[in-house]
Order: sequence, then C-alpha cells, then structure tokens
Amino acid sequence: MQGKTLDLSLLGVVPFLAFALLFMLLPTAYLMLGAFQDAQGAFTLANVAGLFEPAVLEAYAISFKISLASTAIAGVLGFALAWATVLGRLPGWIRPTITTFSGVASNFAGVPLAFAFLATLGRMGLVTLLLRNCCGINIYATGFSILSFFGLTLSYLYFQIPLMLLIITPALDGLKTEWREACACLGGSSLQYWRLIAIPVLAPSLLGALLLLFANAFGAVATAYALTGSSLNIVPILLYAQIRGDVLHNPNLGYAMALGMIVITGLANAGYMLLRSRADRRLR
Amino acid sequence: MAFLEISHLHKRFAGHTAVHDFSIAIEAGEFVTFLGPSGCGKTTILRMLAGFEAPSAGSMVFDGVDVTQVPTRARQVGMVFQSYALFPNMTVAQNIGFGLKLAGVERSASAARVREMLELIKLDDLGTRYPWQLSGGQQQRVALARALANRPKVLLLDEPLSALDAKIRLTLREDIRALQRTLGITTVFVTHDQEEAMSVSDRIVVLNDGRVEQTGTPAQIYNFPHTRFVASFIGTLNQLHGEVLRAQSGEVRLADQTLVCAQLPAGTPPGQACVLALRPEAIRLGGAGGPGRNVLHAVVEEISFLGSIVRIRTRVGAQQLSLDVFNDPNQALPARGAAVALEFDSAHLLALA
Amino acid sequence: MSAARPAARPPQGVRASRWGAWLALALGSSYFLLPLLATFEFSLRMQRGVYSFEAYRIVLSDPLFQSTFSYSIVMALLTIVVGALLVVPTAYWVHLRLPRLRPLVEFITLLPLVIPAIVIVYGYLRMYNSSALIPLTGSATATDFLLMCSYVTLSLPYMYRAVDTGLRSIDVRTLTEAAEVLGASRYVILRSVIFPNIRAAILSGAFLTFAVVLGEFTMASLLDRPSFGPYLQLVGANRAYEPSALAVIAFLATWASMGLIQLFGRSAHTRPGPT
Repeated sequence: MQGKTLDLSLLGVVPFLAFALLFMLLPTAYLMLGAFQDAQGAFTLANVAGLFEPAVLEAYAISFKISLASTAIAGVLGFALAWATVLGRLPGWIRPTITTFSGVASNFAGVPLAFAFLATLGRMGLVTLLLRNCCGINIYATGFSILSFFGLTLSYLYFQIPLMLLIITPALDGLKTEWREACACLGGSSLQYWRLIAIPVLAPSLLGALLLLFANAFGAVATAYALTGSSLNIVPILLYAQIRGDVLHNPNLGYAMALGMIVITGLANAGYMLLRSRADRRLR
Repeated sequence: MAFLEISHLHKRFAGHTAVHDFSIAIEAGEFVTFLGPSGCGKTTILRMLAGFEAPSAGSMVFDGVDVTQVPTRARQVGMVFQSYALFPNMTVAQNIGFGLKLAGVERSASAARVREMLELIKLDDLGTRYPWQLSGGQQQRVALARALANRPKVLLLDEPLSALDAKIRLTLREDIRALQRTLGITTVFVTHDQEEAMSVSDRIVVLNDGRVEQTGTPAQIYNFPHTRFVASFIGTLNQLHGEVLRAQSGEVRLADQTLVCAQLPAGTPPGQACVLALRPEAIRLGGAGGPGRNVLHAVVEEISFLGSIVRIRTRVGAQQLSLDVFNDPNQALPARGAAVALEFDSAHLLALA
Repeated sequence: MSAARPAARPPQGVRASRWGAWLALALGSSYFLLPLLATFEFSLRMQRGVYSFEAYRIVLSDPLFQSTFSYSIVMALLTIVVGALLVVPTAYWVHLRLPRLRPLVEFITLLPLVIPAIVIVYGYLRMYNSSALIPLTGSATATDFLLMCSYVTLSLPYMYRAVDTGLRSIDVRTLTEAAEVLGASRYVILRSVIFPNIRAAILSGAFLTFAVVLGEFTMASLLDRPSFGPYLQLVGANRAYEPSALAVIAFLATWASMGLIQLFGRSAHTRPGPT
C-alpha cells in the first residue's frame, strides 16, 4: 500500500519532469556531449582545445571585459541607488515606483534597448545633438561611438543597474537599524558603521549579486546583436553566427563554445547561490 | 543636582504628541523603570535620552553636561535593545570590545576588559562564538556586556527581556539588577511588564498616553495608586462602583452596604459616584469586623485553584469581587453559592480618581 | 534649566544622507529616463522640421508589424496557458505530497536563468532537427510548437516563483482536506478550490511572461519564426525612425504588463485569508 501511494504521488510531477527533461536538460546535455565529439561522433578533446584558438579566445576575452565592466559599474551605481531607496529616508512613494521601474527596466534588454540608446547617443541622437548645439561638444569627434565596447557597456548598464538594485535591496532591508544605533551608542560615526559593520555584513550578498550580474551580462545576445551587428565579437554573437551559418566551419567547436558559456554562467550562479545561503545563515 | 536631570521633555510627531512635559531627576546609581502599555511614550523618551530622536522641547543634563544637542556617539550612553542587535559579522569578544576599539583603547587593555566583562556575565568560554551560535538569553547578556564595557555614564535598556522565554526572563532580570548594583551604574529600564518593573526597580514611572500617571517606589505604586489607571495596570485589582455618603467620615455605599474608606477627598458631595479599589490579598474571609475594619457580605461564585493561591470570586449585588487566600490543605473553603463575610482594613479601600 | 526649543530638526547626519539620497535618485532617474525621452523624441522626427507621429503611422499600418505583433501575442498567450497548466499542478503536488522533491523542482525552475537562452535554442536545433529522433523543425507548426516550448522554459522561473508564493500564502493542505471531506475529486479541487485562490499569483506570473515573450529575439530568430523580436531587429537594420517608434510601443507594452502585475500582485495581498 505504501509503495503504491508513493508511485501515484510521483505521477503528479511527471509532466513537469518530462518537460524539463525534453526541453531543457536533454538538449543542453546533448549539446555538451557534442562538444566532446568530432565530426564522426568519436570522443575527442580537440574542440575544447579549439576554444583556446585566438579567434575564439578573443571573443571570450571581449565578453569577459564587457561583463566585468558593466558588472563593476552597475554594482557601484546600483548599490548607490538601492541605498538611496531603502536607507535614504525618502518619501514613501519613491520605493515602490523605483521597484516597479527596475522590474520593467531589467527586462528592457534586447532590441528595443539598442534602439533607445541609438536614439540617445547615436550620431543623430538627442544627447549627441544637445551637447553639440548648446555646449559645442562633439562627442563623435573624440572617437566615441555607441557602436563600440564602451557604448555596449553603457547600454548594458540599463538592465544591469536595475538587476543589482532588485537583488541587493532585500539585503539592505536586512540591515537592522538597531545596529546603526548600537554603533552610535558605542561611539561610532556613520563612516565607521559602514566600514566596520554594514559592508562586512553585506559582503556575501554584494559578491553574490556581482556574480549574478556577470552571468547575466555574459549571456546577453540580443542587445549586442542589435547594437553592434556582428562587428563586436563577443561570445554570444559568435555563437549566434555559428548557429546560423557555421562560420567556424566546425559544428563541434560551436558546441564547445556553448559548453564554455554554460561553465562560466554555471560557476557564477553556483557562487551566487553559495554566498546567498551563507548570508542567510548569518543574518538569521 | 541629580545625576540625570530631564526637564519638560516634549515630543511631537506629525499629528500627535507622543510625550507631554516629562520631567524627572534621577540620582547616580539609581535604577528607574518607565512602565506603561504600548504607545504610552516610554520608548520615545528612552530614545530621546539616547539621542536617536530629538525632543521638540525640553532639555536633558547628564552629570552636569547638557546633552540635548549632543549627538549619540558623544553622550556616553550604553544601550541594550529588545532584539539584542549584536553585530553578526563579529565574534562575542569583538562585539564586546567594539566600543573600546572605537575609543582607541590599546589592544591588551581592551582584551583584559573584554575578559572581565565575559566573567561578569558568566560566559567566559564563549568569546570566540558568533551571535547566531548563541541562545537568546546569551545574546542579551553579550549585548549587556557590550553596552557596559566602555563604562558609560548611563545604561538604557529598551524592553530587553520581552523577546525571551519566561524562565530566562526571570533569571536574566535578576542578573541585570545584580550587575547594576555591582557596577553602581545609573540605569533607565523600559518595560510593559509590571511584575518585571516592580521586582528590579528603585523607582517606577508609570506612563500613559504620553503623560506621567505616578512616580514612586514599587511599594508605593502598588499599595497607594493615585489613579485608576495605575491601580488597574499594576497587579490585579478589584474595582467597584459605589456612592459617597459622607466625605468627612469616609462613608461610602456599595450595593446597599455601608463601608468606610480611608482617603475620600474632603469636599466630595454626598451621592457622587466613585470608584473604589481593593487588592484581593487585602481581603480576609470570615471575621467580625472591628474598629477600622470593614465587613462586606457577598455570595461565592467561583473558586479557582491557582497553585499556591486560591482565588475566590464573589458577587456583591451586581458587582464581582475577587479575593486571594493562600493554599492551605487543612483549611476548608466555602462552597459555591455560600454566603460569606469579607473583611478588610479601611485603609486598604481606596477611592480612585 | 534650558528654555523650550523650537520644533525639532532631525540630527545633522540624517539631513546629509537625505540630500545624498535625492542626488543619487536624480542622477539615476536622468540616466534611465533620458534614453526613453530620446527614443520618443527621435520617433517624432520622421517628418523634416516638424514633430509628428508619422513614424507611428507607418509602423502601425505595416502589415509585417501587424502579423508579427499578433504572432507574438498569440505565442505569449499560448505560453502562459501551457505554462500555467504545467506549473500549477506541479507546484500544488510538491506543496502537498512531495515536499522532499521541492529543492529539485526549484533547482530545475532556476536553470533557465543559468543556461543562456542561446544555448537552450542551440540544443533544440541539434536535438530536434530534421535528421534527429524527433524532428520538430520540419514544418512551420512543429517549429512553432518548439518555439512555444522554449518560451515556456524561459518563463518557468517567473511562473513557478509566482505560483509558489501564491500557494504559500493560502493554506493548501487545509483547503484540500476540507474539500476532500466534502467529497471533491483531485481534479475538482484543483479547478474549483486552488486555481481561484491563486488566480492573482498566476496572473502576475502571466504578465511577466507576456513581457518576456513579446520582446524575445534570440530564440525566435534562430528558429526562424516571424515573431516580434526579429521584426524589430529587421526594422532597426533598415530604417531610421521607425525603430524608435517600435521601441516606444514595446516599452509601453512592457510597462503596461508590469503595471498590471503590480495591480494584481497587490490585490493578492489584500485578499482575506482562509478562515
């Protein structure tokens, strides 16, 4: 009897597990398998080695740089905004508005975002024209272009900053006001409070958030593609081109690239979850 | 001049006044408790003493220094919070030594002081633990040690026992009192638990709705409450509605019976309704009365066995009256529905404002 | 004793931090609002020298816009329905009968956030192409099905989280037992007891899914389906002013979805709890 009830219960999650298997786990696993096979299907590590070829390695390097840059900047700015919203003692309507907007903005990636930034800082963009007409500054004369590494990073910030805000806000909520008060009673200034108590307490959450941001930036395709076409050779773009037209002339190398992506985003996410559980335990 | 002089403290928040004209003079080494229900302003006053809130009016002088404008970190107060508020990223020892570190105390002196505090709170071996590894009672002890390590002028405690289990509450409050006596530190304690307040304080200030109802020693407050609020807030109390007969002799009428009440305001006109207060333990069963003694006839409604006390609930006319007798297996208790005579001193029957 | 002081001002430190907060907020708002404003302004510039809604007119009357937009909307609705049908019973079951499986199920629902979309669709192409065991890229309908499955996968984290939160806020076990005592079958319980009570949660997950599907590019373009995302990219590559108009439309649609989420999310909280 006991065994029978258990079986029937498990039946309830079969559709879900089947779906997950068919449309997430198996395809990904199959792909990763392909990374270790050659054109005939035999086992090989040549594809993984191929990842270290200059063309691919450079793509990884650029991806890394953009992800790092956007993460670092968004980390600082997002934290500042989150601090302002949660601890800045602003009027009550500010926080829900910011939260809603962050929810929208963090999903505003992709093609529309690229358009928006072109309209702002492109050659005929609003800000470009404004700067030229009223301040006499021609930013394009300095070699700036929205269709570049810097421009892409700037646009990535648009969804990275809100993401940082959304992730770090609960952690900031967890900073008890009593800690600040206790610190003041013991003779500590505001700066000392932040340096000796708040930042150390927030550290795991901050680090975890940065990891998540990194993973997010690393996997983003649409914005980059819409903004820079194929001119900026980041990994997702390369992968995209590979899927479309086998530019590498080696399908298995493409699988290896996908594997590389999963490893990186997987590690970053694992790190995030580890730090999250550490932070939760401490602040219990 | 007293050690702590608090004068005419007011606190207004948008819309309502939390504290009305609060003044008190606290002597050095005294343990004063602010007692009252939620929202009575006791915590607000404490927070103004600490410097977390700025008073709308009034002044505070600590040891001859006017601290009204002084920021918290320069006031030399120690504070213990209801939620312990230990810094989670530091060990117990680091928590306790934090104030010393901020003051620039040299490392070995600081370590010695931390050890001394740990001994005082009897947690000698737990210096390297982190707050989440300790129980609630232990955390609160550490919080206490942390507040005292830097030798503050005043110790402030904001309902420090409310988050703890009943048994821990009892032991910890005695420890706090013992520690306070040993160190001789001036202490202000905030609580809503009247039993707690009475057991540890030198003086109690009963607050209600931002105003002081009464200030006095625990015995004074309990035995001679000035107002109805104080009387009903402290301990259990019988409140009866009666009528004044003659103010000079203190005669009052209660449900067709005449009693003598000790303190009736002199000019009260006959016929005026009044509220009479009587503590359950002041009443004795049986007895023939006598000079200065009242006898009230009542009918027993319910007998509750509460362990060491037996509570007998009686009915006088339309009103209820409870009395407590010590549990004595050899003593016969009246049956339900029996008529009894309740005897008590005139001095214990109080007329309340 | 000191005389009475004027009405209290907050301590120095508090005032300073409030100024800092306003400054941060002002700078942040300008960074986030400027591109939106610029896009809107750009979209009005179609006719030389004068602001007009010409770009919008062109876009909205473009048959390709209409077909891809409606395609995406249909896709989004299908995704929501299938997603809800998949997630709700599962979440319910895990809550009620299989709490030990909860970590596994939650981990699975978080995988779409870890595995980049491009890798997922790459996996589909390899596994379900014409020469594989289950050919799904042969016909348009089959590929549509595959695209829908990929969208359901993408929306899993949001859907599951929303439903899980909703289930947590009602006492699932007690409601189920009460219904069982009254003679209801499992299916009836789900339909008449559980679904209505977590409707608000499902809706909030639905709107989020809607916003995600509408703007999605990677999967649609690699599976070669005529959805809104690739259309946006196409217009962006070939036209100057229409892309901005489209971006404004897309943004308004997303904002509307989010607004509705907030609305339904709030009503979920104000519902009276089970008696």
